[in-house]
Amino acid sequence: MPSQQSLLLSEHYGKPDFAKLEGYKKHGGYAVLAKALKMEPKAIIDEVKSSGLRGRGGAGFPTGMKWSFLPANGEPRYLLCNADEGEPGTFKDRLMMERAPHQLIEGMIISAFAIGCKKSYIYIRGEYDFAKEVVAGAIVEAYKAGLLGKNILGSGFDHDMDVYSGAGAYICGEETGMISSLEGLKGQPKLKPPFPAVQGYLRKPTIVNNVETLAAVKYIIRDGAPAYKKYGTEKSPGTKLFSVSGNVVKPGNYEVVLGMPLKDLIFDLCGGLKPGRKLKAVIPGGSSAPVLTAEEAMKATMDYECLAQMGSMLGSGAIIVIDDSNSMVDLLQVIMHFYHHESCGQCTPCREGTGWLSKILHDIASGHAEVKDIDLVKKISEQMMGKTICALSDAAAMAAISFVTKFRSEFEQHLQAGKRTLGSSAHA
Amino acid sequence: MFKLSKESEDFVKKELSRYEAKYSAIIPSLFRVQKDHGWVPPEAVSVLAKLMEIPEAHINEVLYFYTMFNKRPVGKIHAQVCCNISCAMNGGRELADALCKSFNVQDGVMSADGKITVSRVECLGSCDTAPMMQVNDRYIENLTPELAVRKLKEMGA
Ligand SMILES: Cc1cc2nc3c(=O)[nH]c(=O)nc-3n(C[C@H](O)[C@H](O)[C@H](O)COP(=O)(O)O)c2cc1C
Ligand code: SF4
Ligand code: FES
Repeated sequence: MPSQQSLLLSEHYGKPDFAKLEGYKKHGGYAVLAKALKMEPKAIIDEVKSSGLRGRGGAGFPTGMKWSFLPANGEPRYLLCNADEGEPGTFKDRLMMERAPHQLIEGMIISAFAIGCKKSYIYIRGEYDFAKEVVAGAIVEAYKAGLLGKNILGSGFDHDMDVYSGAGAYICGEETGMISSLEGLKGQPKLKPPFPAVQGYLRKPTIVNNVETLAAVKYIIRDGAPAYKKYGTEKSPGTKLFSVSGNVVKPGNYEVVLGMPLKDLIFDLCGGLKPGRKLKAVIPGGSSAPVLTAEEAMKATMDYECLAQMGSMLGSGAIIVIDDSNSMVDLLQVIMHFYHHESCGQCTPCREGTGWLSKILHDIASGHAEVKDIDLVKKISEQMMGKTICALSDAAAMAAISFVTKFRSEFEQHLQAGKRTLGSSAHA
Repeated sequence: MFKLSKESEDFVKKELSRYEAKYSAIIPSLFRVQKDHGWVPPEAVSVLAKLMEIPEAHINEVLYFYTMFNKRPVGKIHAQVCCNISCAMNGGRELADALCKSFNVQDGVMSADGKITVSRVECLGSCDTAPMMQVNDRYIENLTPELAVRKLKEMGA
């Protein structure tokens, strides 16, 4: 079933002028904002609710429901766009910011209007220099055109928007870590509750949404929830940007309807694997998502429900395709080095657990371990779950468990084969 | 003695009132110092602390939390090679090793002549062009060791 692609969010990515206001307007840019500003804010929230849109940043929380957790009084509130994009394998938000910054800005102004917010920030990961430049330029253009600032398009609605740069820390993608970072602190997550919608940035009600989520709002308001729901499945409506990387012939960003068979995505859209290679495994939602075996991957559909049912998750939509030339032992050591490096250190199970796992996995990879150490990996992982301030610890643990459980025989064989070097050690 | 240029001082002052929270100016100010000096020397933290009226200990806390701030000098060319999963699967680690060998440096340690630092880093969000590296503020993608060495030499490494 070759599916249609580039339906909404990425429809105009190929047009160079789309990144500038003039070109964006040629393709209907900011017409949806004009429409939205004439609507009742509550009607916008209802439309988003009934569209079934779920957060595209990783957790998949229903967007309209999140918005409705805001207090009903007129208390000042903030909208933060999460453009930290640090989940290994993910590169969809960067492309959108570079190619279609106004689409994000328009989605954000509409969302801000819906929730009664006068100030928003786009928190962009520090390494994304070009994206920061493009988005900052687009914000300047929008101010000049009266699309930001006071009395937007004569509606009486005021809104200010600014860009904030991260400085290299995966944990700042976690919403409360991002809030800490924006407040000028170390980017350490905060205990929930209180949830940001009640007490977030500077202790004010705050909504954090991913780049793709906020851009999707524009299309929901443009076409209406019923039209949006025609894409995707009943429970996972809409389109989704998938970042595909690893061992496929044509890696890249693909926008398809939710519910698409993973098999079609890999073998049809992405050109399959290199000649002579066989599918070994797929990580379907960024490195925090438990790995699928080839067999599971061939049966999976890319929607929230199917992947959850398989014990994994859609996550950020980063699909890492692994062929039979890779060692799962090696890849898990690479993944765990990352989590150890990125643990913010405030919870003992996470700080110590990722450290121990990283060490043991390195020893396993270099053959300096015994088969019973595979069980140790599992045991440590189990002790890291459900005990920490944020989900980084759980993510690291679940990834580890999925690898050593589903590919146990490979880990055993690797150890039985004795000492060796695999790749080079992940990092210094 | 470390001194902040007049322009940078003005920049810091502007950032101090740009955000709702004064502390939010720390990250942009540290970036500014790094842009001027290539890294953030300890004396710069004292200067910023005075200028911003923020405790030095707090600025250091921020400085040390984030990986993009260089706490020691880096080469004029800073080649950061992604060694995370998709790049590792496509030769990222071998690329980093080859660069270290070719420029005779250790991971993260500046060359004696100050020209280059090669560092291994985590996913840079360009996994479809693996293996890749960030050289100063630019992404260079779809690399082979030979191509990467050539590019870096062209840039003056
Ligand atoms: C360790 C960790 C890292 C995260 N990184 C990101 C990220 O880079 N981008 C993102 O949008 N969400 C990230 N999230 C999810 C955010 O906490 C939050 O759920 C999301 O930004 C909400 O937006 P959404 O509902 O639109 O998805 C991360 C979560 C965790 C636990
Ligand atoms: S789980 Fe890990 S990353 Fe998250 S807050 Fe605790 S120590 Fe920090
Ligand atoms: S894994 Fe190297 S850029 Fe993402």
